Amino acid sequence: MPGTGFSGGVQAVEMRGTKLEIIERGTGKPLLFLHPHIGLHGSDAFLEKLAAEARVLAPSHPGFGRTGVPAGFTSVDDIAYFYLDLLEQLDLREVLVVGSSFGAWIAMELAVKTTQRISHLVLLDPVGAKFGPREQSDVVDIFAVAQPRLHELSFHDVVHAQRDYASMSDEDLAIIARNRESSARYAWNPYMYNPKLAQRLHRITVPTLVMCGASDRLMAPGWGRHYANAIAGAGAGRYLEIAAAGHFPHIEQPGELARHVHEFARAAVPTAA
Amino acid sequence: MRIYFFTEQPYPDAWREDVKSLRVNIPNRECDPRVAADLFHRHQDEWCMADELGLDIMVNEHHATATCLTSICTITLGILARLTKRARILTLGMPIANRVDPVRIAEEFATIDVISRGRFDMGLVRGVPYEVPLAPRSAVGHMDRFWEAHDLIIKALSTRDGPFDWQGEYFQFRNVNVWPQCWQQPHPPVWITANAPINIREVAARNYVQATFLTGFRTKSIFDHYRAACAEAGKPPPAPDRFAYLGLVAVASTKAEALRRAEQLTGYIRTSSIVADPFKTPPGYFSSPDAVRQLKANVVRQAETRDGKSVNIHSGSVQDLIDAGIIFAGTPDEVYQQIATFRDRAGGLGNLLAMCQGGHLPYKETTDSLSLLAKEVLPRLQADSAAMQKQAA
Repeated sequence: MPGTGFSGGVQAVEMRGTKLEIIERGTGKPLLFLHPHIGLHGSDAFLEKLAAEARVLAPSHPGFGRTGVPAGFTSVDDIAYFYLDLLEQLDLREVLVVGSSFGAWIAMELAVKTTQRISHLVLLDPVGAKFGPREQSDVVDIFAVAQPRLHELSFHDVVHAQRDYASMSDEDLAIIARNRESSARYAWNPYMYNPKLAQRLHRITVPTLVMCGASDRLMAPGWGRHYANAIAGAGAGRYLEIAAAGHFPHIEQPGELARHVHEFARAAVPTAA
Repeated sequence: MRIYFFTEQPYPDAWREDVKSLRVNIPNRECDPRVAADLFHRHQDEWCMADELGLDIMVNEHHATATCLTSICTITLGILARLTKRARILTLGMPIANRVDPVRIAEEFATIDVISRGRFDMGLVRGVPYEVPLAPRSAVGHMDRFWEAHDLIIKALSTRDGPFDWQGEYFQFRNVNVWPQCWQQPHPPVWITANAPINIREVAARNYVQATFLTGFRTKSIFDHYRAACAEAGKPPPAPDRFAYLGLVAVASTKAEALRRAEQLTGYIRTSSIVADPFKTPPGYFSSPDAVRQLKANVVRQAETRDGKSVNIHSGSVQDLIDAGIIFAGTPDEVYQQIATFRDRAGGLGNLLAMCQGGHLPYKETTDSLSLLAKEVLPRLQADSAAMQKQAA
């Protein structure tokens, strides 16, 4: 399909009247990949490597990519319930959920509600909870920073950020605009967090691994440790930094990251719920 | 024809080459409160003079900007409601989709209407893109929120047997009960700025005044959407007083002096778009096709002259901007002729919103320009209106 950069495996699932665009690859244990605020752009290699050992499902969130927006959707909470419905509709069990940035926020909102169908959680450069002081945002304001600077802050090597808008189709450009609009729909204010999430993270008891790009400058260095410390299933021992990667390590270091995900899924045995 | 004297109360001391963004992220250390006090007093004096001269008055509001010190239009109007004697006092307007409390807005509006004993015109605007980064809610669903805020304000002002509750999609209030009751019944006249056909239809359906800013000779095609909506609804053609146009106006006894004043006025349009890039295109503000165009190339606002030439409104010369109907400048005769031509080309215009002060133009020149506009231009436009009404009758 144009724009996704994905050669195949893209399908549409009907979810209570909303068309959900979802990429499905590989076989085996189900793995749900929740993309960041920039959408699925750049995640092809990562999904490919994950699919070597799992049945990978990578949806576009409501309002992102070509997925519709159900009436009344204004919060990440709404998306979390939407994906709980999806897990039930597809009857997925023992799901490994991998979320990147904004997608990690969705993953946590899912998991604080119930982990009945979730075996493991992997959070990549997570946002969504508030840990810092009230006078400063935990995350650089992506709506207030000029694009070249935003790319420098988001990537270890800005070559990964570069897209030639002039040569892209209107449809693909519309998706970029749509992803940006939906980021604002869900994360404008409070900016990139739910004030209630931090106090609920203790409810996540499934094995959880937090990984952050060592060059992520959208947040302060080591910021991901706050999440690892707050989540019962993570802890200080389940925090990793990925070298030569920024806010989107799945784009910059897909191979290494996929290896960590697979090793974690094999080694960490879920405790009984 | 009515002429509303308007100034944004700009702060030109901060319009320096080294200041790269005049909106949103320009720190207020650039604003000396002593200078600001002088500006506020000076512009109040100009508005009061407009009242004495027989002109009407318009204010607006913008936030965090050196282009406009009026950050709360209702405070300015509250002062003018008491100081002025006869002028209509218009805000155009209140950015109701960006504000959190429509009931508070209704209370402010009702108070101004009563203090002025019924001289208030209630303008509601969506607001420019660079207002959105300062707002607590994003531009996603902006127009839906605009109309819900509108509905709530109208109900709050019109209700005589309150309180009532409001449980909408965007706003929830208990015990809405606005005191004082409005002077004008059931509420002050409503004005709305609209350029997109879909919004103009909503304005036309309610018989509100439609306003457009700096759209030059494109204005007729914009007003035509209003006319078409009336025709489709089986209503009589809208009177000229349903339309308002904002342009820059500089009058002087000689053409050379008027052009010099116009040059100083253009400081406003030359600076009004200087804002850091990310604030120009807030997510959700623009339609998908517009957002796609913006990704492809930076879009510059263009206007058209009478003969179809394209003019960049932020960098065009004064003569280009006169030709485009953005500026009306010259001797009283020339300005009358320019406005009359524009009025006729627009298919009728009942309200001219005249920005006669745009930054560097000093007090003496501003009031001289206002005086000539009121004494030598307005009467001729009013005589035209009377003649046209007689002809139509």
